[in-house]
Amino acid sequence: MAGLVTAFLAVVALAAVAALGAGAGMANVFGIAVPYVAVAIFVAGFVKKVIGWASTPQPFSIATTGGQQQSLPWVKQAKFDNPSTPFQTVVRMALEVLCFRSLFRNTKLDNRPEEGRVAYGSDKSLWLFSLMFHYSFLIVLFRHMRFFLEPVPMLVTGVEFVDSILQIAAPTLYLTDVFFVVGVTFLLARRIWDPKVSYISLVSDYFPLFLILAIALSGIYMRYFAKVDVIAIKQLAIGLVSFKPVIPPNIDWSFYMHFFLVCVLWAYFPFSKLMHLGGVFLSPTRNLPNNTRMVRYINPWNDPSIKPHSYADYEDDFREKMIEAGLPVDKEA
Amino acid sequence: MSKMAPPEEVMKVDYSTPAEPWMDVKPEFKLGNYSYPGKPDVLKYLGLPNPREWDPTQEDWKLPPDWREIVTDGFRELLKKYRSLKVFMDVCVRCGACADKCHFYIGSGDPKNMPVLRAELLRSIYRGEFSVAAKILGKLSGSRKLEEDVIKEWFMYFYQCTQCRRCSLYCPYGIDTAEITFLARDLMNRIGVNINWILEPVANCNRTGNHLGIQPHAFKDMMDFLVDDIETITGRRVEPSFHRKGAEILFITPSGDIFAEPGIYTFMGYLLLFDYLDLDVTWSTYASEGGNFGSFTNDKWMKKLNAKMYHEAKRLGVKYIIGGECGHMWRVLNQFMDTMNGPADFLEVPKSPITGTVFNNAKSTKMIHLVEFTADLIKNGKLKLDKSRNAGITATWHDSCNTSRGMGFFDEPRYVLENVVEKFVDMPAQTIREQTFCCGGGAGLNNGEFTEMRLRGGLPRGNALRYVQEKFGVNTMSCICAIDRATLPGLADYWAPGVQVTGLHELVGNALVFEGEEERTMNLRQEDLPGVEGSEEDE
Ligand code: SF4
Ligand code: SF4
Repeated sequence: MAGLVTAFLAVVALAAVAALGAGAGMANVFGIAVPYVAVAIFVAGFVKKVIGWASTPQPFSIATTGGQQQSLPWVKQAKFDNPSTPFQTVVRMALEVLCFRSLFRNTKLDNRPEEGRVAYGSDKSLWLFSLMFHYSFLIVLFRHMRFFLEPVPMLVTGVEFVDSILQIAAPTLYLTDVFFVVGVTFLLARRIWDPKVSYISLVSDYFPLFLILAIALSGIYMRYFAKVDVIAIKQLAIGLVSFKPVIPPNIDWSFYMHFFLVCVLWAYFPFSKLMHLGGVFLSPTRNLPNNTRMVRYINPWNDPSIKPHSYADYEDDFREKMIEAGLPVDKEA
Repeated sequence: MSKMAPPEEVMKVDYSTPAEPWMDVKPEFKLGNYSYPGKPDVLKYLGLPNPREWDPTQEDWKLPPDWREIVTDGFRELLKKYRSLKVFMDVCVRCGACADKCHFYIGSGDPKNMPVLRAELLRSIYRGEFSVAAKILGKLSGSRKLEEDVIKEWFMYFYQCTQCRRCSLYCPYGIDTAEITFLARDLMNRIGVNINWILEPVANCNRTGNHLGIQPHAFKDMMDFLVDDIETITGRRVEPSFHRKGAEILFITPSGDIFAEPGIYTFMGYLLLFDYLDLDVTWSTYASEGGNFGSFTNDKWMKKLNAKMYHEAKRLGVKYIIGGECGHMWRVLNQFMDTMNGPADFLEVPKSPITGTVFNNAKSTKMIHLVEFTADLIKNGKLKLDKSRNAGITATWHDSCNTSRGMGFFDEPRYVLENVVEKFVDMPAQTIREQTFCCGGGAGLNNGEFTEMRLRGGLPRGNALRYVQEKFGVNTMSCICAIDRATLPGLADYWAPGVQVTGLHELVGNALVFEGEEERTMNLRQEDLPGVEGSEEDE
C-alpha cells in the first residue's frame, strides 16, 4: 500500500513540477536541457547495464526445456520449445520476445477443497493485456516519428492511417491510444487487486505504471482536448534531433508536462526493472539450445584442479574388504 | 514428524496474504518444516567452514564473527561468475506469473514460497548491498540490510525449494528460481548454514561411491541378494560383473535403486534386461551413485562427484556409459557434465550393439539414458514383451522434474511404458510433461524430518494422481527417478492411497519373455501374476 501511494504521489509531483515550471517561463529547461540529459542517461545507462550482463560469463548451459528433446529419429522433437540448434533457439527467442510465449502458457490455480480437487485453468489475461500494452506502446512510439522526421516516411503515415481507421472524433482517434490505456490500466488494476501480486509489489513496480499512464493521459489530453499546436511541437522536436534546439512560442503547458514525464521515463529506465527489455534477450534459460550432450559447452572458469576422490584412494580404503568379497582390485594387498 | 492432518484438511490451504509486509514476517521453525543442520564431523570431512552443533529453532545460530563479509563477498563473487544470477537479479518485473506455480506455495499458502518472493529474499539484499539508488531509497525500493534474520529466512525458504524449475517455465524471462536457490545455498554453505541430509550423502558419495555409504563388499552382497531373488522369480541366474576392464558399457544408476523398495525392483529389471540382451556391461562400486548430491551444495562438489563417472569409465576402458533411472543425475549429466568434466575423448559415441543405432544426441558426453536405449530396442523389435504379465496394472506416468525441464524426456518413457502395460492413462494435461509437478523431495529434501512440508508440497501431484485413480482406476504410477521412487510411495499413501509406485524397468523386467524360459508365476515383487494358478487376485 505504501508503495502504491508513494508511487502515485511521486508521479503527481513530477507532473506538477513540469506543468508549473513550464508555465513559469522555464521552457528552456523542460524543452531542451532535460531531454538532452535524459536521453544521455538512458543511452549510457542502458549500454552499461547490457555490457555488464554480457561480459559476465554464463558458466553452464541451463535451458529450461518446454517439450520433447531431440532424441531418436522417430521421436518428434518440440523444436521451438526444446531447441537443439542455433536456428531453433532463435525461433524460440523470437516467439518469446514477439509473442510472449511463456506467458501464453500461464495457468491459474483453482483449489476447490469442497470438491477435493485442485485445477489449473488456463489464464491468458496477463498474456493478452501485456501483449496489448507492449504493442500499443511500440506503435505509439513509432507514430511519434512524424515529429522528428521531415518528410514523414511512408511507413509512419501508413501506420497512422491504419491506426485511425475507425475515424472517430476530431482529431481522429487512434486505436492504439485506447489499447495502450486499457493495457496499462489492467496491469495496474491487477497489481492492486490480486493479493498475491500486491503483496510482492514495490514502489518500483507501481511507479513506472503510474508514470506511463500519466504519459498516456497527458498525451491524450494534448491531442484531443488542448489541441496543441502540432507544427510548433514538430519544430521543437526537429530542433532537438538536429542539435539546433529552439523553443517556439505558443506551446501549451500540457506538452511540457507530457514531454517531461517522457524524459523521466528515459532517465529512470536503465536503473529499473524496465531493463527487462534488454534482459529478455540474455536469459540463459531461453537463449541457449538444449544440445549439451551433443556439443560441449565451455565454462571459462571451470577449475581443472577439482578432481574426484580417485579410484586408487578408494581402493586403498577398501582393498581388504573388496578382495574378501571377490571384487577385482588394481593392486593386490 | 508431527501428526499430519488428513488430506481433506490439508487441502484447505489459506492463500490470503498477511497484513504485514513480507520483510516484517519472521520465519517460524517448527518440526516438519525444516531439515536438520549439517553435522560437525560431516562438515569437517568435506572441508566446509564453521562445523558446530546448532539448532535452527534456537535464537543463536553460532555464525562465524565475520559472516556478513563472507556472505557479501561471496555474493559479489557469484555475481561475477554467473550471468544467470546477475540477469535474474535485475529483470524480474514481479508480474507474479510464477507465483502459483510452485508446489510448495500451492500446498502451504505461504507467500514466501511463491518463486518470485523466494528470489526477492536474495534480491532485496542484492539491492540493499550493491545498488546505490536502492540503498538511498531503502525499504521502499524493496531493499534491506543483511541481518541474521535474513539468513534464517534464506535457510527456511531455500531449503523449501526442490529446484524443480516449474516456475521457470512460466516466467516471461525464464527466471530460474532453481538457479537462485542453488547459489543461495552456496552462499549459506560459506558460513556453515546447511542441512545434513545433503551433506552426509555428499560425504558418502565421495568416500564410498554412493550416498548411502554402502561399502563395496556390502554393495556386492546386496546385488547378490537381488540376483538370488531374480532366480527365484524367473529361474534364471543372471551374472552381473563388477569393475570388469574392457567391458563395452559401464552402467551407473542411483544407489537408491539397490537399497530400498521399490527401487530394487527396477534394479532387478536392469539386470534382467542386460541378461536378456547378453549386453557387455559392467558395474562399479566406486562410481555407484548416479545421483549428484553435490548439485544441492555448490558447483565445486557437483563437479567433484560427477567426475567419478568419467574417471571410472576411463580406468575400466569402456566404450561408453549408460545411466539408469534418475532425475537430478540427468539434469547434471545433460546440462553440466561435459562442461565440468569433458571432453570425454577417451570414449566412443554410444552405439547400440543390438540395433546398431548411433546415439548422436550424446555425441559429446558419450552417455545415454537407459530409457532411450530400451525405447530403441522396442522400436526395432528386439524385445519380446508380454504385457499380460503386468495385467491388473492401470498405469500413469510421472514426469520427473529434472528429466522434464532440464532435458525433455517425454515420449521415450511413454513409448516404453505403453509397450509393457495394457492400460496407460496420463494425468491432466496441466500437471504432466513440462508442466509436471514435483514429488516434493528433490534437491535434498527427501529426509524424514521434512515429511510434513513435503506432503503438503505433494498436494498438486497427489491430487492429480487421485483424479486419475478415481476416474480411470489408475493403480500404478511409474517414473524414472530414484527420488521419486523414494518419495512418491509416501505421497501416494497420503494423497491417493492404493496407488503403487514403480520404476519403468521394473515393468520392463516383468514383461520380458526369455527364450525357452520357464513359466513365470510371480512378478518382480514376488506377487502372484494375475491369472496364474494359486493367484489370490484372480478374479
Ligand atoms: S514470472 Fe518471472 S518476472 Fe514474473 S514475477 Fe515471476 S520471476 Fe518475476
Ligand atoms: S524451482 Fe520449483 S520448488 Fe523452487 S521455487 Fe520454483 S517451482 Fe518452487
